[in-house]
Amino acid sequence: MSVLEVAGLRTHFFTRAGVVKAVDGVDFTLERGQVMGLVGESGSGKTVTGFSILGLVDPPGRIVGGSIRYRGEELVGAPDERLRELRGNRIAMIFQDPMMTLNPVLRIDTQMVEAIQAHESISKKAAWERARDGLGQVGIPSPEERLRAYPHQLSGGMRQRVTIAIAFLNNPELIIADEPTTALDVTIQAQIIYEAQKVCRERGAAMIWITHDLAVVAGLADRICVMYAGRIVEAGPTDDVIDRPLHPYTVGLLGSVPSANKRGQRLNQIPGMTPNMLALPKGCAFRERCSRASDACLVNPDITEPAAGRAIRCFHPHGIEVPA
Amino acid sequence: MSVHADRAPGAPEIRVETPFQRFRSEFFESRIATFALGLLALIIVLALLAPWITPQNPYDLAQVDVLDGKLPPGSVAYTGYTMWLGSDGAGRDLYSAILYGLRISISVGVASGVIAMAIGSTIGLIAAYAGGRVETVVMRLVDLQLSFPAALIALMLVAVLGRGIDKIIIALVAAQWAYYARTVRGSALVESAKEYVEAARCLGLGHARIVFRHILPNCLSPLIVVGTVQTAHAIALEATLSFLGVGLRQTEPSLGVLIANGFEYMMSGRYWISFFPGIALLLTIVSINLVGDQLRDVLNPRLKK
Amino acid sequence: MSVPLIEVRGVTKNFVKRLDLAGKIARRLGADVDEEVVHAVDTVDLAIQPGEVVGLAGESGCGKSTLGRMMAGILPPTDGRILFEGIATSEMSGAQRHAATLAVQMIFQDPFVSLNPRMRVEQIIGEAPLVHGLVDRGGLSDYVDEIMQNVRLDPSLKRRYPHQFSGGQRQRIGIARALAVRPRFLVCDEAIASLDVSIQAQVLNLFMDLREQFDLTYLFISHDLSVIEHIADRVVIMYLGRIVESAPTEQLFSAPRHPYTQALLADVPRLDQRKHAFAPVKGEIPSPLDPPPGCHFHPRCPHAMPICRMQQPVLREIAPSTFSACHLDGNSGT
Repeated sequence: MSVLEVAGLRTHFFTRAGVVKAVDGVDFTLERGQVMGLVGESGSGKTVTGFSILGLVDPPGRIVGGSIRYRGEELVGAPDERLRELRGNRIAMIFQDPMMTLNPVLRIDTQMVEAIQAHESISKKAAWERARDGLGQVGIPSPEERLRAYPHQLSGGMRQRVTIAIAFLNNPELIIADEPTTALDVTIQAQIIYEAQKVCRERGAAMIWITHDLAVVAGLADRICVMYAGRIVEAGPTDDVIDRPLHPYTVGLLGSVPSANKRGQRLNQIPGMTPNMLALPKGCAFRERCSRASDACLVNPDITEPAAGRAIRCFHPHGIEVPA
Repeated sequence: MSVHADRAPGAPEIRVETPFQRFRSEFFESRIATFALGLLALIIVLALLAPWITPQNPYDLAQVDVLDGKLPPGSVAYTGYTMWLGSDGAGRDLYSAILYGLRISISVGVASGVIAMAIGSTIGLIAAYAGGRVETVVMRLVDLQLSFPAALIALMLVAVLGRGIDKIIIALVAAQWAYYARTVRGSALVESAKEYVEAARCLGLGHARIVFRHILPNCLSPLIVVGTVQTAHAIALEATLSFLGVGLRQTEPSLGVLIANGFEYMMSGRYWISFFPGIALLLTIVSINLVGDQLRDVLNPRLKK
Repeated sequence: MSVPLIEVRGVTKNFVKRLDLAGKIARRLGADVDEEVVHAVDTVDLAIQPGEVVGLAGESGCGKSTLGRMMAGILPPTDGRILFEGIATSEMSGAQRHAATLAVQMIFQDPFVSLNPRMRVEQIIGEAPLVHGLVDRGGLSDYVDEIMQNVRLDPSLKRRYPHQFSGGQRQRIGIARALAVRPRFLVCDEAIASLDVSIQAQVLNLFMDLREQFDLTYLFISHDLSVIEHIADRVVIMYLGRIVESAPTEQLFSAPRHPYTQALLADVPRLDQRKHAFAPVKGEIPSPLDPPPGCHFHPRCPHAMPICRMQQPVLREIAPSTFSACHLDGNSGT
């Protein structure tokens, strides 16, 4: 049974200015131990997808359709108590800003023990030891000392490592990481990715890594899902998506990265801007920026599967290769 | 590829409202504030039109007759008009006196507020932009001033300067400028650290231009809020001074003077002489404060999406 | 070698958090309180030739932004000299300094905060040229239109306010504002870091086009090494306030000499590295308040030797145009 099955997810925000269809058609499946990269730019809906899975979407937003099944159990419409049982326990989240997880006025050990005791009745001492081991596993030296510290006494990278440790405290089966390294330096980012990879491998947890950085998921993920304007436009195994992209947006994105272009030459740029979410164009949201668009694109394409494990939402994808 | 690479053809614009339109619609979201604004507007209009809508000019001693004094609400005066709110000890029709008194109270409050705002803002801006010693000295002065109750400062100044409308305004300005200075200095400090100010320096623009054309317009939000609340405060302060007998003169009574005059009658059953001016003062101050509250909520950038 | 367009010699910047009155009294009474000094930039020499694009890279606390701001004239150095076209700024006449101020402009990172939210775009772009007499009131409108077209913005939008534009458009407005005073040298401080990936490509292309069109020289500050590799002629790597390596781009990326550069390049995620087992450099970046003695990088360096803890290595030319500050190169300073 898959750890996570998302089908037809739609999360809309009902604002004064209009309805923002932040997530409007997301489908994917995640197996045990798999790492999936959810890639998109600002406004693509990737963060809202993550929040929807955890039931953290606040008004004026709400999930308006689709299903999210965790090990077969439907999460959409589930009662709050059930979601609270799962959060921080079976399904954990790592945020971009560690201060969204950490309470600045409490010591680290207090917070970690609290996170453990909320889901399990064990003694404070046992919880403390688990917390200490957790910190050691994410590569924090002298964990006993760190436990007694307050968040502001730690560096940014250290704090993010603590939040990863907290996420893994109760042995979750699913981790959702929302741009956890975007604000960190390159060398610290490498450390964080290393620790997250390691713990995931050791515990067999599945992970969704939400980011805009294709290079990070190239090194980290088994599968990639590319989002644009609230919809998944392409999905598939990492190597496939990066080496043989099908959707014109993915092709454009990969082509505009400096490393894909000859040094000193103009970069291949995608013309235009990301669409205004309050006034999406009719049909395919990428239509107005796409060199391959036709009248057929005035209708929003459905997801098709040109090959096993490969998904594409486009009427005019680039050449499809069927793997031998 | 289009020439203007950022404009996708036919794409709708990012925003369709001007900042002022959005501010206006957000302000009126609160029913209480809308009501308060309406009430305040009504009070101001009534005060402005006072000479034309009152049966009597309470400052014109020829029209005031002590025989009309202390009459309860609804009585008919010697000259034939109805005193809907009664009359005070000297024979002034309270309805007329209140409206004329509002004129004075509001104009004193607004005038002192505006002058204090101008002086305090400039001082706060200079302190924030100059930094260093200048800022330290100025802000310690501000702290010193703020550690005294405003009423005390005003009392001391009035004792020295004497009575009269211009002296009251000076005293109120002296009691208030520090609030503006502190608010603007805080705001200006934040703005000075922003990159558009660095850019202005990079572009070789002069200090005065940067302070008044770049920083000040971005400090207006908290300034407007403080201004509203302080105006209410100034009106109350003037009423306090007048009530204590050191404010405006008897011949041109503000609301405070009217309340003071009627105080001696409170226990003898002629409540209306203090009561109605008191209500008028209360309504004015409360409506200003409610408007100020909503302004603070609407203009607070942190509460924005 | 021609005269560098802009040069810094021995430039240092310390940010000092002075003790307040209470602290001074405590210190007088013998308490162990001291002023906090952040050594943001530590004796840096850098020369930029006209027409060059120099990429300046490094992580937090390395001082690249501070160095950029000193070159742009926004921040005065604590020590050292800044020379524009060979003349030190401290020795310039008023007119020379005025010309130098306008000739060096800065593009900032945050497109939301770097534009005055209360000014219309035409004012933002047109204010400085009008004030400095580069254009008169009659010709201002056309001048602003022309600059906007140079940065590929629709001139009909000039009456709008910044918040009505997207991030990429706002960066273009910032570039237009800088171009309006006809600069020779632009310091781009993480100018594309806050933008979406697809917009980054557009703005980077714009930078390259403008360089051709207006014969500009750039100091391109970025933490994103792939961008620097693409646009820069020469790359300078900084760590905790010091330059550790400087070399032509291809040289630096194909054969980095300094251990920190090697670690940095190894840690950068690349598209062609799949299912990469990251093996990162150990340790945290030290705080600039308390940098390690000797070579700043020695606590994290896999090749650290005893001398590294004691003596700061000198930046030395170890190959043509390639400079490195490391004891491994037999660099014990002279």
